Amino acid sequence: MGEEMHDQAGGPMTAAVDIQGVTKRFGDVVAVDNVDLEIADGEFFAMLGPSGCGKTTTLRMIAGLEFPTEGSLKIFGEEVGTLPPNLRPVNTVFQNYALFPHMNVLDNVSFGLRMQGKDKRESAHAAQEMLELVQLGGMAKRKPDQLSGGQQQRVALARALVNKPKVLLLDEPLGALDLKLRQDMQNELKSLQRELGVSFVFVTHDQEEALTMSDRIAVMHDGKLLQVGTAEELYDQPVNRFVADFIGQTNLIDATVFDADMIVLANGTKIRAPNPYPAGDKVAMSLRPESISIGHVDEVPEEFRATSLTGTVSDVIYLGHSHVYTVNVDWMPLEVRTNATPTSIKHEPGSEVAIWWDRRSDWVVPDEGHGA
Amino acid sequence: MTAVATPKFEAANERKKSRRGFFLALPAYVYLSLFFALPLLSVVVYSFAKRTSTGGVALEEWNIDSYTKLGEPIVRDILLRSFTLAIITTVICLVLAYPFSYFLATRKASTRNIMLVFVMIPFWSNFLVRNYAWRVLLGNDGPVSRVTEGVGLGETTILFTPTAIVLGLVYGFLPFMILPLYAAVERMDWSLIEASRDLGATGMQTFRKITFPLSLPGVIAGSILVFIPSLGAYVTPQILGGGKKTMLGSYIVTQFLTARNWPVGAAVSTVLMVVMLGATMLYFRKGGRTL
Ligand SMILES: Nc1ncnc2c1ncn2[C@@H]1O[C@H](COP(=O)(O)OP(=O)(O)OP(=O)(O)O)[C@@H](O)[C@H]1O
Ligand SMILES: [Mg+2]
Repeated sequence: MGEEMHDQAGGPMTAAVDIQGVTKRFGDVVAVDNVDLEIADGEFFAMLGPSGCGKTTTLRMIAGLEFPTEGSLKIFGEEVGTLPPNLRPVNTVFQNYALFPHMNVLDNVSFGLRMQGKDKRESAHAAQEMLELVQLGGMAKRKPDQLSGGQQQRVALARALVNKPKVLLLDEPLGALDLKLRQDMQNELKSLQRELGVSFVFVTHDQEEALTMSDRIAVMHDGKLLQVGTAEELYDQPVNRFVADFIGQTNLIDATVFDADMIVLANGTKIRAPNPYPAGDKVAMSLRPESISIGHVDEVPEEFRATSLTGTVSDVIYLGHSHVYTVNVDWMPLEVRTNATPTSIKHEPGSEVAIWWDRRSDWVVPDEGHGA
Repeated sequence: MTAVATPKFEAANERKKSRRGFFLALPAYVYLSLFFALPLLSVVVYSFAKRTSTGGVALEEWNIDSYTKLGEPIVRDILLRSFTLAIITTVICLVLAYPFSYFLATRKASTRNIMLVFVMIPFWSNFLVRNYAWRVLLGNDGPVSRVTEGVGLGETTILFTPTAIVLGLVYGFLPFMILPLYAAVERMDWSLIEASRDLGATGMQTFRKITFPLSLPGVIAGSILVFIPSLGAYVTPQILGGGKKTMLGSYIVTQFLTARNWPVGAAVSTVLMVVMLGATMLYFRKGGRTL
């Protein structure tokens, strides 16, 4: 599965950001809990997770706006634990943009260069160029409050990028934008990142955004890092119930391990599902709605006999390109999604059906909600 | 049907709202115009009048003699001295109050409130009494003098000097500097400071480029609130300055009560008012720009 690994394990290059055993406590609150994370140079890396899971805190520790309680944090091999933010080769695009209200757009963007001691003309020139790049060349003399949300977002981006950071941190930079603008900005961000070859660490709680934009994604929950991987890895091989449920939609079916090849469902049905867990362990099987086929009870193809169930259709929704069925098997409802082609048969509510899937498309995860 | 009726309702509602606003403001309007604007106007009018030989005021003979009198060396010295002391007082207050306000604004809410109460405590006792307390403190055999004598620095003789006046003024008006500064720093968006540090600015650069400019409305408000009463101060210069070196406040009082030259007193008062008006307008211009 991991055909395109971007992580540097064993590679010759040093990681752009290397976090080892980092914990951050605020009083009693453990905001980030023993996180290990490596972000490669030039990588588009997303951090995904529900509200309060510690994404912003992690980002702020990389930026130097917060210091780790424990652990080691290296940027390009250099330990930066308590180095102040101005001495780190890192810039941030803040969630609320944090543009300086008393300066015009050009002064905002040239601020970083001026602070590094570059002369005024040179800084203004570089800032103007960066503004052209984000298509705001004509807005240089405006004050931030005379710009739309999307334009402010671009100014914040230009203000960070003009300093040529080695790592750019973005904290939900598109959170305040409407859907259309969001999608445009996603594309722009992605192409900008490719063009500049800078590592982007992108915080979001929108999984679709993370899946479409990133080389790799980290999923966090309750301060813990649950899984890091490509979109495909997270989608096809989630490490636990939480990740399976959080990334995309899935049916999570409780089961018990029978042997290395079989699991037993709640109603006693044995299902073929290769797994590494000891017999008798409580597990859950994750089954994506779109990898399930549906048909008449006697239609189950021979090779899928060991991965099939029977049930009753309780609901069907037509979405144009697909049908979404709710199929009640003995003890729980399952969601099934099929392509709607002119030749496909629609199963009406009440009809007895069989559902089956390829044994490579189910995935067994340990039963606990939050992984190690 | 409703499409036709709606605009009328809306207009009627708007009218009602603005009328209600007017009635709510009316008592204050009346009070202010009777007891504030009118006396103010009469001061301006008197400043152009002529002093009669008996010390009265002749309103028929308009002139600007009183204003030309302000150019005379004695009055000029008084003006200069008052402005200098007021400016020194303002600067000292600003230098003392800024770090304190910054400190205060960065504490947690409960600590802040307690410290604000401490700032306000002096207001609980009479201003005059507090000035006399300073006189005792600074006097020849007061505690300050005792201490300096004790450590071999000799007697303290600052009472009845401009230094004593500035000390008293700073003491009296410091809270007026602290409160607006505190308010300005407290409502500042801290992520701007983080953004500045993130963009490579040192703490000092951040203060110069971000924190201070953004707190400017507070700086100006505080400075006006300290400068204006310092300029016209009467009580403190009398008590701690001993009235030896006359300041504007004492001069005005003298003109009205002793010299019975109302037009000159009114002219000095008018000049003061114009200065204050200018300062206030500056504040709104600045404040409007950065808020
Ligand atoms: N300065 C702080 N003091 C105390 N607790 C904090 C502080 N900052 C964050 N926390 C706590 O740490 C946890 C993680 O917060 P964090 O802001 O990193 O979450 P997040 O993943 O960015 O969430 P969101 O998606 O809502 O932005 C939360 O429980 C939060 O309440
Ligand atoms: Mg956050």
